[in-house]
Amino acid sequence: MTADALPELASVPWRSRTDERWLRRYGRLWHAWTLLYTVPFLAAGIAMLALEPLTAPVALAAIAHAWIIPELYAFRGASVVRPKGPRNERAEPVAQGLLGDLLGHDERDLQRQTGLALEPGELGTWLVGESGALLVTPDGRRVHCFCVGVSERDLPPSDRVSHLLLALRTDEGGFATVANHAFAGAPWRVRRRLPVQMRPALDSARAAAGPG
Amino acid sequence: MARLIRMDSTGHTTIAEWTAADDAAFGAAVEEFRGQLDQGYIGTVPEGPGKAAHVRELPRGADLVVLRRPIAGG
Repeated sequence: MTADALPELASVPWRSRTDERWLRRYGRLWHAWTLLYTVPFLAAGIAMLALEPLTAPVALAAIAHAWIIPELYAFRGASVVRPKGPRNERAEPVAQGLLGDLLGHDERDLQRQTGLALEPGELGTWLVGESGALLVTPDGRRVHCFCVGVSERDLPPSDRVSHLLLALRTDEGGFATVANHAFAGAPWRVRRRLPVQMRPALDSARAAAGPG
Repeated sequence: MARLIRMDSTGHTTIAEWTAADDAAFGAAVEEFRGQLDQGYIGTVPEGPGKAAHVRELPRGADLVVLRRPIAGG
């Protein structure tokens, strides 16, 4: 990555620059937050069952909450890379050609198969989609989900990926700062909420990131 | 032959082409580049795997300069 700052940083002057420390802190906060809204529901459900078996319906509802709420957050995180907006299929082959030129051979094949461009960085391994990006931390144990895109609606999908890829390559920390952080959690939580065709990209990113 | 391209609704459009030795062609490319910056585009030079640079002036020696729109958090 170059030292040149991303020009879009001027539009978010109030944000502190995202770096490894910031990501680690946010990862811990998300972990604590998940425990905070899971454990009480789980504990309440178990306690109700133990104290009065007749409360089983309410206890099961509480336990269901403990399962559903983290799933909804993971769904929100995985959704950042779901295809969105007009497809402009007519221009897509031209855009795909340019994106292919920006990627290496393996990354190009992976992008065509999954829709996500794998990009190794200093903060971890990125998967760049049309309107967001996933960052697998270097230990492979956490995925940060970022919502970020280009506002021009009639761009073909591959051009949207190229926009994000070029911005990421210009200034990785700046890219993560401009993007909106949507979720952080274990890779398996994000993976199960990804569209099926995108899951191999997350597997590849984890393998590239390291053990996990 | 160096190229200045703009990512747009057609996929991409070649805005200008020049060689380092052709002053007239490079001058025309510089004018086009500045015009595109005035319209809100951002100049980026891909510099090989994992690297790109933001440019405010058209680099004479670059092979490819890509104009992109600003990104923003969604």
